[in-house]
Amino acid sequence: MSYVIIGNSVAAVGAVEGIRKIDKVNPIVIISDEPYHTYSRPLISYYLAGKVTQDNMYYRGKDFYNTNNVEPILGVKAQHIDFDKKEVVLEDGRKISYTKLLIATGSKPLTPPIEGVEKQNVFNFIKLDDAKAIEKVATRGSKAVVIGASFSGLKAVEALVQRGVNVTVIDIMDRIMPRVFDETASSMALKMLEKYEAKVLLKTSVEKILGHQAAIGVLLKDGREVPCDFIVLAAGVRCNTDLVKGTKLKINRGIIVDTMMRTNIPDVYVAGDVAEGYNFIEERNAEIPIIPNAYKQGETAGQNMAGAQKIFDKGFIMNSMPLLDLSIVSAGVSTPGEGITVKTIYNQEKNTYKKFYIRGNNLVGYLLINDIDRAGIYTDLIRRKIDISSFEHQLGRDDFGFIYLPKALRSQLILEG
Amino acid sequence: MDKSNITAPKKIYAKEDVCIGCRLCEIHCIAAHSKYRHDLIKTFKKLSKRPLPRIVVEEDVPLSFGLQCRHCDEPECVKACITGAMQKDPKTGLVINDAERCIGCWTCILACPYGVIRRDYTNKKVASKCDFCLESGSEPACVKNCPNEALYIKSLV
Repeated sequence: MSYVIIGNSVAAVGAVEGIRKIDKVNPIVIISDEPYHTYSRPLISYYLAGKVTQDNMYYRGKDFYNTNNVEPILGVKAQHIDFDKKEVVLEDGRKISYTKLLIATGSKPLTPPIEGVEKQNVFNFIKLDDAKAIEKVATRGSKAVVIGASFSGLKAVEALVQRGVNVTVIDIMDRIMPRVFDETASSMALKMLEKYEAKVLLKTSVEKILGHQAAIGVLLKDGREVPCDFIVLAAGVRCNTDLVKGTKLKINRGIIVDTMMRTNIPDVYVAGDVAEGYNFIEERNAEIPIIPNAYKQGETAGQNMAGAQKIFDKGFIMNSMPLLDLSIVSAGVSTPGEGITVKTIYNQEKNTYKKFYIRGNNLVGYLLINDIDRAGIYTDLIRRKIDISSFEHQLGRDDFGFIYLPKALRSQLILEG
Repeated sequence: MDKSNITAPKKIYAKEDVCIGCRLCEIHCIAAHSKYRHDLIKTFKKLSKRPLPRIVVEEDVPLSFGLQCRHCDEPECVKACITGAMQKDPKTGLVINDAERCIGCWTCILACPYGVIRRDYTNKKVASKCDFCLESGSEPACVKNCPNEALYIKSLV
């Protein structure tokens, strides 16, 4: 019996810990093209900002592989999987055979179709090496353009601002974080970004990246030019299915998995950003590219690879994002839709915003800005599909908690854990 | 190695029927985690920056009760943590946040079903939660000092 995991991030770690809940003996091989000990990718913005060292980016202790009887093969790319022979072929020609295989290759950056993206000083912002490359050019007083005012784009903005870089962020939408923010939320963030002298250009896009070999600026669709020393691309990510394209593995946007993280090929499991697993709120398969989901999918896959029968069917999007002065958390549904009632509470004085998405008798999503305390209670109302009809009017209270829940539910929750 | 099959040997629970909302649990929790450990007077008279209480008291008169980390068997916060700072100790069963590695991203707050993790801005941004008074080596201060026995320790082994 041998386990092979392709990928070395959160889903892979979840899988190792899942396997070891059941099987403490049989060896595990981890294969990754990145040369690093398992690290947390979202920490690259903190690394770039100088808030964490590389040593503090490690997602598990230095003894992780040892303690768990894992043989890491790092800095070597898996080139091909032979599903019939049950082996993974590495770029250096080695063949690693598996009894159970987990594909956890994560996501990869979407390259926007802009003329000149291949120029020097145009960076992605996904991996540690991206942050290390940006670090070299992001000197105090330099000028940066960030393309995409998404979650990762804004984390890049934050890090660059903290490094003393003059940043301009550009997005085609009429607001920042368009997938999660509405007008109100966006204007709160814009006001804060203004304070930090980060420029935000909305409703426009980059026509062309200027410069010969290296980027020296961008030309916008509306004819304006923004000079810069370097560019960060944050146009989003997609499932990294490169390794298995054109094989018999069933792929849509991501690799299709059931609620046990199994694919259409026996003994092949998939977890994390590359998976298209069950989304509990949308009630269909979808990518759920967030750490908590990657961990749980990985843990579930690992346990099942080791012979358990675990189901994970509670995946949905949730994010917490401190952005300079703002604390932002959101979970579940984040745009209005059919059958969904939206409730908002904006407190200008306190600079707080709460938004709830309700479908029938259930909370299905929320967004909180600044007053994020105890947000997990809302997440749990979503997760458990609690009937909120008797206390819906209390949801927006600043002191919302178990005390406003019906007694039977409250008593149950108080005695849990 | 195996971090999740082990149950915390003890958990703290509240009895809402006998809690009188005096918040002494908060006071003693603060003192227990201050540098003047357990010394109420020094903690409150001498310290301008006091630790946050790690118990959350909910109150809607006449109802009240205190809540703190359940040190869950399947901890949502640990699985959600983006740095690996939040871990369940396989030996003690306690869920402990490594303040050194915590970056204050608040993903644990987003994930915790009980709402018992706080944002602590006292020094560096860090998630603050009940540590079962691990360092003091004695019974948790909130339980020990509750005048009405509204907090109790349930042994689960």
